[in-house]
Amino acid sequence: MLELVTISALNGVLYGMLLFLMASGLTLIFSMMGVLNFAHASFYMLGAFFGFQISEIVGFWPAFFLAPVLVGGIGALVERYGLRRVHRHGPVAELLFTFGLAFVIEEIVQMIWGKGPVDYRVPLSLNFSAFTAFSTNYPAYKMFELLTAIAIFAVLLMLLTRTRVGLIIQASLTHPHMVAMLGHNVPRVFMLVFGVGTGLAALAGVIAGPALVTQSNMAAALGPILFVVVVVGGLGSLSGAFLASLLIGLVQTFAVSINLSVADVLRPIGVAPPNGGVLFDVWNVTVAQIAPIIPYLLLVLILIFRPTGLMGTREH
Amino acid sequence: MISHFKTMVCATTTAAAIIAALPAVAEDTVKIAYIDPLSGGGASIGEVGLKTFNYLADVTNAHGGILGRKLEVTAYDNKLNAQETLVQVQKAIDSGIRFITQGNGSAFAAAIEDYVTKYNDRNPGKEVLYFNYAAVDPVLTNDKCSYWHFRWDANSDIKMNALTNYMKTRPNIKNVYLINQDYSFGNAVRAEARKMLAAKRPDIQIVGDEVHPLLKVTDFSPYVAKIKASGADSVITGNWGQDFALLLKAAADAGLQVDWYTYYAGGTGGPTAIKQANLPDRVYQISEGLPNEPYAPAREFEKAFRAKTSVSLFYPRAVNEIRMFVKAAQDANSVDPVKVAAKLDGMKVTVYNGGEGFMRAEDHQFFQPMYIGNLGPIGKDQPFDEENTGWGWKVTGKIDTQDTILPTSCKMNRPS
Amino acid sequence: MSDVTTDVVNVPARAGASAGLAGVARHAAPWLALAVAFAVLPMIFTSGSALTMLSLMGIMIVFALSYNMLLGETGLLSFGHAVYYGLGGFVAVHAMNTVIHDRLPVPLFLIPLVGAFSGLLFGIIFGSVSTRRAGTAFAMISLGLGELVASSSLILRSFFGGEEGVSTNRTKLLHVFGLNFGPQIEIYYLIAFWCLLCMVAMFALRRTPFGSMCNAVRENAERAQFVGYNPQAVRFIAFALAGLFAGVAGALAAINFELVNSAAVGAGQSGLVLLAAYIGGTGNFIGPVIGAVLVTWLEVMLSDITDVWQLYFGLLFIGVVMFAPNGIAGLLMMHEPLWRARAYGPLPRLLLTYVIALVPALATLAGLIAVIEMTYHRSVKASEGTTISLFHVTLDTASFVPWIAAIVLLAGGFLLFRRTWPVVGAAWHDAIVYAQTAGKAK
Repeated sequence: MLELVTISALNGVLYGMLLFLMASGLTLIFSMMGVLNFAHASFYMLGAFFGFQISEIVGFWPAFFLAPVLVGGIGALVERYGLRRVHRHGPVAELLFTFGLAFVIEEIVQMIWGKGPVDYRVPLSLNFSAFTAFSTNYPAYKMFELLTAIAIFAVLLMLLTRTRVGLIIQASLTHPHMVAMLGHNVPRVFMLVFGVGTGLAALAGVIAGPALVTQSNMAAALGPILFVVVVVGGLGSLSGAFLASLLIGLVQTFAVSINLSVADVLRPIGVAPPNGGVLFDVWNVTVAQIAPIIPYLLLVLILIFRPTGLMGTREH
Repeated sequence: MISHFKTMVCATTTAAAIIAALPAVAEDTVKIAYIDPLSGGGASIGEVGLKTFNYLADVTNAHGGILGRKLEVTAYDNKLNAQETLVQVQKAIDSGIRFITQGNGSAFAAAIEDYVTKYNDRNPGKEVLYFNYAAVDPVLTNDKCSYWHFRWDANSDIKMNALTNYMKTRPNIKNVYLINQDYSFGNAVRAEARKMLAAKRPDIQIVGDEVHPLLKVTDFSPYVAKIKASGADSVITGNWGQDFALLLKAAADAGLQVDWYTYYAGGTGGPTAIKQANLPDRVYQISEGLPNEPYAPAREFEKAFRAKTSVSLFYPRAVNEIRMFVKAAQDANSVDPVKVAAKLDGMKVTVYNGGEGFMRAEDHQFFQPMYIGNLGPIGKDQPFDEENTGWGWKVTGKIDTQDTILPTSCKMNRPS
Repeated sequence: MSDVTTDVVNVPARAGASAGLAGVARHAAPWLALAVAFAVLPMIFTSGSALTMLSLMGIMIVFALSYNMLLGETGLLSFGHAVYYGLGGFVAVHAMNTVIHDRLPVPLFLIPLVGAFSGLLFGIIFGSVSTRRAGTAFAMISLGLGELVASSSLILRSFFGGEEGVSTNRTKLLHVFGLNFGPQIEIYYLIAFWCLLCMVAMFALRRTPFGSMCNAVRENAERAQFVGYNPQAVRFIAFALAGLFAGVAGALAAINFELVNSAAVGAGQSGLVLLAAYIGGTGNFIGPVIGAVLVTWLEVMLSDITDVWQLYFGLLFIGVVMFAPNGIAGLLMMHEPLWRARAYGPLPRLLLTYVIALVPALATLAGLIAVIEMTYHRSVKASEGTTISLFHVTLDTASFVPWIAAIVLLAGGFLLFRRTWPVVGAAWHDAIVYAQTAGKAK
């Protein structure tokens, strides 16, 4: 029992950290620019594929630095020539633009790399077991993911609260006109933020690619969970995103280990299960089976009862 | 006046030239519609199937075609959507196609079978046949069976029967863990596994029975942790695609040492995942044919197939399907679907990799010899590796046709 | 004195023209024409797949119009509208199976009412929680709810039928007037009838005071609140009604395919109706209709022509978002002032400039298609050889020539296209000015 709990906790933290790596960029963009970037998961996917392609040519470590920069550059261009143009048509148009962009990026990736998985491997330098807990090996690569995610969180927090650039960004969030009048180039700030946000997503992709299957449906698989993390954590709050990622990671991992259903709980009391129909299904479904939809339940509940999220500061 | 006349002459000659240049369109082809996912998530699997059928059409045409006519495969993309599948079937029928083949996804297969049955019922004289090459839900040849549907893939119950017959002979299996995808196929696998193991090896303990959502799980480490905690020495799984690849990845990461008994380990991405997970000779697959099987004609076919298409023959059953289609047309001396169906009903053949097979008339399920193999480093006897990994399939067991037969609950309406 | 009175008496009763038989005929005329068109279409397009496509278009029109009640009318962007469509379909198919099983005297004809009821019910249930917020929060709730329902479809197997969905047989219901609804043509007329009915209903709703309230809430909810309306109540009612019509569309789909599965409530279906409504144009009633017809046609036909049809879809969508945010209907409606002022004079010149602009535009498009198809062929289908057939021309992707030609078409075409914009702009400006002055002169 203890083994299962420990291992699930470790797995949950690791999964949560991976989610945070991706959600950090989305939070930045969402909170700073008010744009819900539907295509964020697509930039994550681009990062994974660019990472794969570059590591095929020069190796993993150059890819680790190059791929996010490249994808961040693409993101900045998208902001400059696409999003900025659409901005004047209103928030709905911006949302729809990123929605269409997600679509197009997935198709382009499929066109170039095909629809199947690509052989993106963990680099040999990290391909060993870090430690053994209760007879289960913990790969060093996962530790590396964990450390990178924490490092990014720390760097981002410091950047936003302690540096000048960070102060300007925070000010542009609430008073863009005032900041512009003070002489700062607000559109350039937005472009920078978008580029950095997508670059972070790409970094997550470069790292997660070898651990998960690198395939053209990566974005569609993780996209919705990303939104859940950002919304549950609170719009505009990086620490909220961190907490929410951990929460969702742990909840999902633990839920999978629980094979309880309503039937199991009520049977000892003597309550008979219903015969058929919808109630029968609900009666017998185990917590493990509904584990993947728990994030969406959380999303809907948070949006109804606490729309600013767990730690949000800004309401749309 | 002169200019008018000139214009007229020019126009008429041009028209005549165009008409003369039109090639004599003779409809001397027999078309078969291939309806499977060709875009989006399922495309990698759909494309392999299409390559296989295109190759088979080429080979058939090189040997004189079907009753002297060319066999042509027309591809339709079902976009992994049941309604879209039906739209594509309608399109195929509308362009004169009377033979449909499909395999990826029992849900779509059920939709097609239902549609074809209703269509044939409502449009006598315009019947259409449905050749199922890979959808293995048993219900398609049991409760939902149809005279117009023929299945060449052993259904999942037959496969489990063959697999458990093999497992019966292995005394080192003591604790079995079941992990499957939560949908009709996955549930069929686990239900039959429990039933058949209990009957054949009551001493085997089922130490876990897990279902997970289809193609949604990205991190299988919690599931692997449970498998480890249960103390299982063998895992039975029907997982395919990324569900298989990720499961194996998580198992490799955690250092899980068990034997894997699978249905689809050889699918796209499977062998790569097995090699990456470093599990030589531990992953078994039940199939109607494996590339390194010691039957010379099959090996020649495999060699030629790989040379042309650069993928391995994952669907030996497609070869059987097309060969039997051609034979049925020849026996009936017609490509009329009703007559072809009558000949396929109960047909006996020598299958692709040697041995006898037959299409049972009762439910239109094809029975054939089944093979168990495991993936590992190949030796001199195995000329074929998978996905350029250097590892290939080695046949470790064979189950004869007679030993694969299972009863059916089918009560089909036969045309009078 | 007498002059004044005679003047008063002689004022023609133009204000009262809407009343009376003549007014009714004028309002009903377009709908009658549409009904005749629906009735006659299958006689022009007679093939089986054309009938199927027309039926699909009918279903999509109802669905897209119901979506526009949310987006265009009330300003609510929903990413989960397929929930009401799909649930309407599921309830309808279960109802059909119950009718068949218990031999109830309910003809197939009335099943869309079941869909309507189901759509209304779920619209009320989910709407009560969704419509508390507007804007981005509403969009996110709709997304979350959509994912929730779609994921539950695999858990609640008895209702959703699991992976295979729920199937039925539409010919087994009560036969009325000798119709068993087996043949597709009968299904087409059933769909056409319900489509027309729903179109009339939704059009009428727009014209009611409630419709105007929805528009007010869309424009400025705060001001509407100050005037005395409760924006949340308005949104809630609009949501429930949109759900009602989506349910009708779902029931029609259930009848057409005799099968409903979890894809009907999924994100893909929600995305499709969003695409259709937006490309068509959310500002007009006719917009979603155009969008529905176009998207259905593309979806069915495009996948036969190219494997990367989804890419073209996405590019079309982005193009519309960036360059024509009012959709196709918006582009057409831009010409309305000309039509109103009966400014036919400048029209030929305007159309000529359109044609002039169209040529380089087509060249750019051809170049883009060529680049996409060749890249696709080289990267994914490399094993099938290097030649492809595009626009009935065989191209060898291994040589430089087609690539250079494609890029020249693309870049050159685009530059030429840009050159034509001032020409079109000038013609447009002149036409508008003419229309305004002509209008004033009248």
